[in-house]
Amino acid sequence: METMRVNQLTANDLPWKILYNASRCTLCGSCLATCSFRAIKAKVERRRMVFSEGDLPEPRARFSAVPVIRQGTSIRDYCRGCAMCEKVCPNDAIRPERNVDTRHPIVTRCLGGDSIKRGGRKNLEGTIRTLDTLRVGRISQMTDPSLDAQRHKFDLLAPFGRILPPGRLPFIAGTDQEMSLGELTPPVSWVYPVIIGDMSIGALSWRMWEAVAMATAYLNEECGLPVRMCSGEGGVPRRLLRSKYLKYMILQIASGHFGWNRIATSMPDMIEDPAGILIKIGQGAKPGDGGLLQAGKVAEHIQAIRGVPKADLLSPPNHQGLYSIEESVQKMFLSLNAAFKFRVPVAIKVAASATSVSVFNNLVRDPYNIVGGFFLDGIDGGTGAAHEVSLDHTGHPIVSKLRDCYLAAVTQGRQGQIPLWAAGGLGKTGDLAADAFKMICLGANGVFTGKLILQMAGCVGNDMGRCNACNTGLCPAGITTQEPQLVRRLDPDRVAQNIVNYYLAMDQELKKLMAPIGNSTLPVGRADALVSTDRAIAERLKIQHVC
Amino acid sequence: MCRIGAIKSLNYVHPSMALQLMQSQQKGHDNSGFAMVMQDLGGIFEPYKKLPTLSMACTSEGIKLAEDILHEIGFHRIMQWSPEVNDKPGLDINAMPHYVFETFNYPRSYKKASQKEKEELLLDTRLRLRRVLEKDEEGFVYSFWPDLLTLKEIGDPRDIGTYFNLWKANTTFTAKVITAQCRQNTNYDIVRYAAHPFHLQGYTALANGENTFYLKNKEYQQQLHRGYIGFESDSQCFLYTLHYVHRELGWPLSYYKHVVTPLPFEEIDARQDRKQLLAIRQSLAHLEINGPNTIIGMLPDNSLFTCCDAKKLRPVVVGYDSETVVISSEVCGINEVLPDRNWENDIYPNEREIVVINDELEVQRWKQ
Ligand code: SF4
Ligand code: SF4
Repeated sequence: METMRVNQLTANDLPWKILYNASRCTLCGSCLATCSFRAIKAKVERRRMVFSEGDLPEPRARFSAVPVIRQGTSIRDYCRGCAMCEKVCPNDAIRPERNVDTRHPIVTRCLGGDSIKRGGRKNLEGTIRTLDTLRVGRISQMTDPSLDAQRHKFDLLAPFGRILPPGRLPFIAGTDQEMSLGELTPPVSWVYPVIIGDMSIGALSWRMWEAVAMATAYLNEECGLPVRMCSGEGGVPRRLLRSKYLKYMILQIASGHFGWNRIATSMPDMIEDPAGILIKIGQGAKPGDGGLLQAGKVAEHIQAIRGVPKADLLSPPNHQGLYSIEESVQKMFLSLNAAFKFRVPVAIKVAASATSVSVFNNLVRDPYNIVGGFFLDGIDGGTGAAHEVSLDHTGHPIVSKLRDCYLAAVTQGRQGQIPLWAAGGLGKTGDLAADAFKMICLGANGVFTGKLILQMAGCVGNDMGRCNACNTGLCPAGITTQEPQLVRRLDPDRVAQNIVNYYLAMDQELKKLMAPIGNSTLPVGRADALVSTDRAIAERLKIQHVC
Repeated sequence: MCRIGAIKSLNYVHPSMALQLMQSQQKGHDNSGFAMVMQDLGGIFEPYKKLPTLSMACTSEGIKLAEDILHEIGFHRIMQWSPEVNDKPGLDINAMPHYVFETFNYPRSYKKASQKEKEELLLDTRLRLRRVLEKDEEGFVYSFWPDLLTLKEIGDPRDIGTYFNLWKANTTFTAKVITAQCRQNTNYDIVRYAAHPFHLQGYTALANGENTFYLKNKEYQQQLHRGYIGFESDSQCFLYTLHYVHRELGWPLSYYKHVVTPLPFEEIDARQDRKQLLAIRQSLAHLEINGPNTIIGMLPDNSLFTCCDAKKLRPVVVGYDSETVVISSEVCGINEVLPDRNWENDIYPNEREIVVINDELEVQRWKQ
């Protein structure tokens, strides 16, 4: 007997197994054409059928060649469980099934001698989410009435920009109980408390990015929701830089400084200021790790926007030349503030970490009052590409960290002076309004979200290892790819519509949460409105424990 | 629920008038306490307008502790008055052994001190007394301020009046401004410090309602000023904000309303002074109040004001004749003490105004 080849890869070693029912298959080939990962192949199988035709058994064999679909067994082109094949199959003849016995994490390393890279989000599920143990438990009902969510007018806005301590407002007393403002104060805009997080063109397909930009413009112009979108590192199309819609866009600068050449040269042609600048120091999904855009995704238009050749694009894990918090304040903030003549708020985004409070404390104490926002990104966020080990094992959950930062501001008596914005797995259950509201009660001024926006667009990835192939450039939903035929799968109008509708629904739901606590403005820091069913969480967050 | 009231008159009035004002509203409160602050004092306190008077309820040990401290700092007592109490059986009052109103001369070292320095000394002294007496519940120090005194007690306001012999008017114990509130704060523990009116450095505030931004206010105020302590009631936040805005920041009173109940962004945007209003709303976001409430405030210059929450969820009415202005939660209180006024002049303040009564008794309505 031939020696069995134990180390030969089989479908059983891979994270997903394809279940194929040949008797239902019409051989239309749709699944093959659809699978962007080339994880399935058409094959011809030799079949042997034994039959007997007479009254007595006279077994005979018939051989035939049958075309079938088979799963590939390569560690490069393996099934990601995206279920696009299932989606297109007219006969329900094929679908992926999670393989609990997968040896993928081991065999990939053994065969490749390289770290595993992927996109998506942390894939170590386990405990129940902190936010899900919290309830809005302080209900107004008797002397302090609830409000009517439908009819009452709520001020659902959050600050973006540096807010001066009251004693430093340059007021000049006039006659007759009037005061006027003397000097210029730092720019602050009041925006919708849910910002669309920073996802770059490059990480996203141009259709996807445009759809998000379209949704943002529509929400502002037609729905009266002042939603802001952050460009992500990687530049902005010149057309948008020169349009009036730039005012809804927060431009990002990260360690690669990609796209800034184009932004700088477009400045003379800008008819509106951008909504803000976000300096990205770190990202929650892969803290301490830089950005990574694999060459496969660096299409021609990406080369143009970013001003780079076709190559792996790495944003270093750190801004070169920033050695201290003070320096980051002075150098980057001053130059970016100056670039737009102090008219545009400049904020900073960092990955949540055990040291976030120190960083925040330093910024809050900054005497120049120029840091216009502290964007804190927790471990549950998503990414276009990262090493799996970073994705799964580095990072810090957002909830307690946000609370710590807020309480640090309370200790200094400076809450609200640097607006706190939080992200990282918010809306993971699909319900962003509840998560956002709870974070606001814990001290956030607002939240930002990225991954959920992709899911609104049709991303099929999840936290249990489904898809998460954003790094490959082969996104089956046309979201994180630059392949024209894949991008064409995405209907930007439809995506924009989904995002707009989600925001409208969320807006309703936020009001439904504001009404019972009887507040017409966002209850920033109103932790007394929350209770937790988990004693340890209640203690940690300093809220009431209930059972 | 609380009921609140205030009387400001060109003449000295006796607290019996305040008791009457509150008595007719007794259905609206739960008869669990009575507290008042009197300012611009007459009677036996009239000659000492510039000198601080200590208002305190305490045990004998408390008096001793307090006097030792005041002596150590260098205060000299020049006047002492205690209400004669009528301790007849059956009164619903939870009385302290002693009620002390003592007027002091400033320490000699403060002879040349500025007004501000003296005011800081008075606050520090009161805080110290409070700290020391609080330890073993030896007493409650309500105010230590010139031309102002405070009386607070737990029990039925009628009986409290009887106990202190306050039902019968006289000329020894009077003031031109009296603010009063009935009901011990039952939302929290029953503590004397939780009863409004609250006083701090010439500012007095009392409120009828609830402040659902209490935690936000409190967490912010705690760091703003050493005098912002206690927080036994969510209404203390109204006082501290008043003190902060008017005294610490030096802003005109009209801005108080913009701090506690800022205009919606849309309305701010339509105003000429939008830059100022936005700056205020931003920088003092944590002093905004929410929930239903009516506030009455008294300033160091003896002026009186009232304003409501942004949704006008609590009532208040201002009635006056040529010599007296009365603010009250319910109009029946005013009918009781000013039955002959022209009620057509009564003012029911709306959610976007402050009604201010200056020392000349001019009644002004300021639109926010
Ligand atoms: S599930 Fe997705 S990756 Fe797997 S075979 Fe089907 S289309 Fe290809
Ligand atoms: S569908 Fe696209 S965006 Fe979503 S996980 Fe897969 S590759 Fe990433």
